[in-house]
Amino acid sequence: MSIYSISSPLRKFITELGLAGLMFFECVLLAFKRPLKINYIVKQMEFVGVKSLPVVFLTGTFTGMVLALQTYYGFRKFGAEGLIGITVALSMTRELGPVLTGLMVAGRAGSAMAAEIGTMRVTEQIDALVVMSLNPIKYLVVPRVVASFFMLPVLTIISDFLGIAGGYLIAVKLLDVNEGAFLNRIYKYLEFQDIYMGLVKAACFGVIFSLVSCYKGFYTRGGAEGVGRSTTEAVVISCVAILVADYVLTSLLF
Amino acid sequence: MGDIVIRIVDLKKSFDNQKVLDGINLEIERGKITVIIGKSGSGKSVLLKHIIGLIKPDSGEIWVDGKEITKLSEKELNGIRLNFGMLFQEAALFDSMSIWENVAFPLVERTRLKKEEIKRIVDEKLEQVGLLEHANKLPSEVSGGMKKRAGLARALVLDPPIVLFDEPTSALDPVMSLTISDLIKETQRKLKKTYVVISHDIIGMFRIADKVAMLSGGKIIAYGTPEEISVSKNPDIKEFLDASRIKEIGGQNEKR
Repeated sequence: MSIYSISSPLRKFITELGLAGLMFFECVLLAFKRPLKINYIVKQMEFVGVKSLPVVFLTGTFTGMVLALQTYYGFRKFGAEGLIGITVALSMTRELGPVLTGLMVAGRAGSAMAAEIGTMRVTEQIDALVVMSLNPIKYLVVPRVVASFFMLPVLTIISDFLGIAGGYLIAVKLLDVNEGAFLNRIYKYLEFQDIYMGLVKAACFGVIFSLVSCYKGFYTRGGAEGVGRSTTEAVVISCVAILVADYVLTSLLF
Repeated sequence: MGDIVIRIVDLKKSFDNQKVLDGINLEIERGKITVIIGKSGSGKSVLLKHIIGLIKPDSGEIWVDGKEITKLSEKELNGIRLNFGMLFQEAALFDSMSIWENVAFPLVERTRLKKEEIKRIVDEKLEQVGLLEHANKLPSEVSGGMKKRAGLARALVLDPPIVLFDEPTSALDPVMSLTISDLIKETQRKLKKTYVVISHDIIGMFRIADKVAMLSGGKIIAYGTPEEISVSKNPDIKEFLDASRIKEIGGQNEKR
């Protein structure tokens, strides 16, 4: 059976999946090959990590706050207000911390990656690298993927902590839930594994969104319009892929 | 015939069933400026990108210094590419780096030279193109002509034996066009490297070319010295020359 007998959208999808897979493979190989380009990675870490702090700060805090508010509404009906703390803590560490961080950073940093690399493609800057016998994957993709891999877990920890703190603020200070019950149950029932697995997920989300965004940017075609299209697709595909991967990873890890 | 450095044999390339190159045969001589002239969309850029392995042909051969490059792996191609410098149409400077860093980039990444040595070479090249006082600006802060000059400095910084130019004078005002083409001529005379230029700017290019090739309909329809081309009877060439009012320039050249 020839590849051309497959319908064209499906063929396009398979081709893209293959190209992205190849890029991932090359990325992994190049990440361990000297020269390591540490300065490029550090620069990207600053961009993905440090510059994402405000957005992670806000989403983490408010998510924890609203979680406390919602669970309070439900749990009050059968007098289980004391469980709000652990509910917020488990939700944040296992699920919402990594996922929301992944989605927010994909929107912020992923769009920038796709737009920047896409612009480099349409203005021939990537060709310029190739002409200098330099591998554009090594210079453009590897630093972004490596930086995202390391920074997403860090951001997730911060988001987890802020979420629980936000929940504490609302439950204990606003809704008069017993402070001891809130904190004690978290100490007692929150396991190291809950946090750890959340961080593993976060690292995977980091690789997913950065790779998708770099891939979309790298294969941009058609000038400014093409860059816009790549950027949109990068964010949409990253977000969907993060949510799908979240289910798969959760069912595998827990 | 002189020493041939690039030999293109029956090169064909189509994009989406549209034939862009339809059997190109061309021999480029060492140490000369060869200009490939053609209308916009005639496939000049595509041809140039084949020479440096950015695009793979559908069929045909390209020999660079006695090596056939169309079937080489990316790794082997990288070895060949060290012989090349290229000035891109929009200069393709890296936006995130200053002009100085852009010119230094090939030296930093490709050589093991000491910092002082790199500084000396980069300053010398920037001086040559008259950009030394703008060295610390970002590409977005300088004009199109300055970008091209910076791109030229970057293309020449490793002293490659072959330099490719993609539309070096397009989108520039007439004065800057002349400056750039004079700069190309001047550096070539000084360094005696092989220059391949693609352009539709016939007037500017006839001034600097040693050889001119005319690309039309996916084929090289004429190849010779500027004098030979300008008296050609071929209707396609005549049309192109008339449109560019080359006769006036030709007349001035004869008087000199």
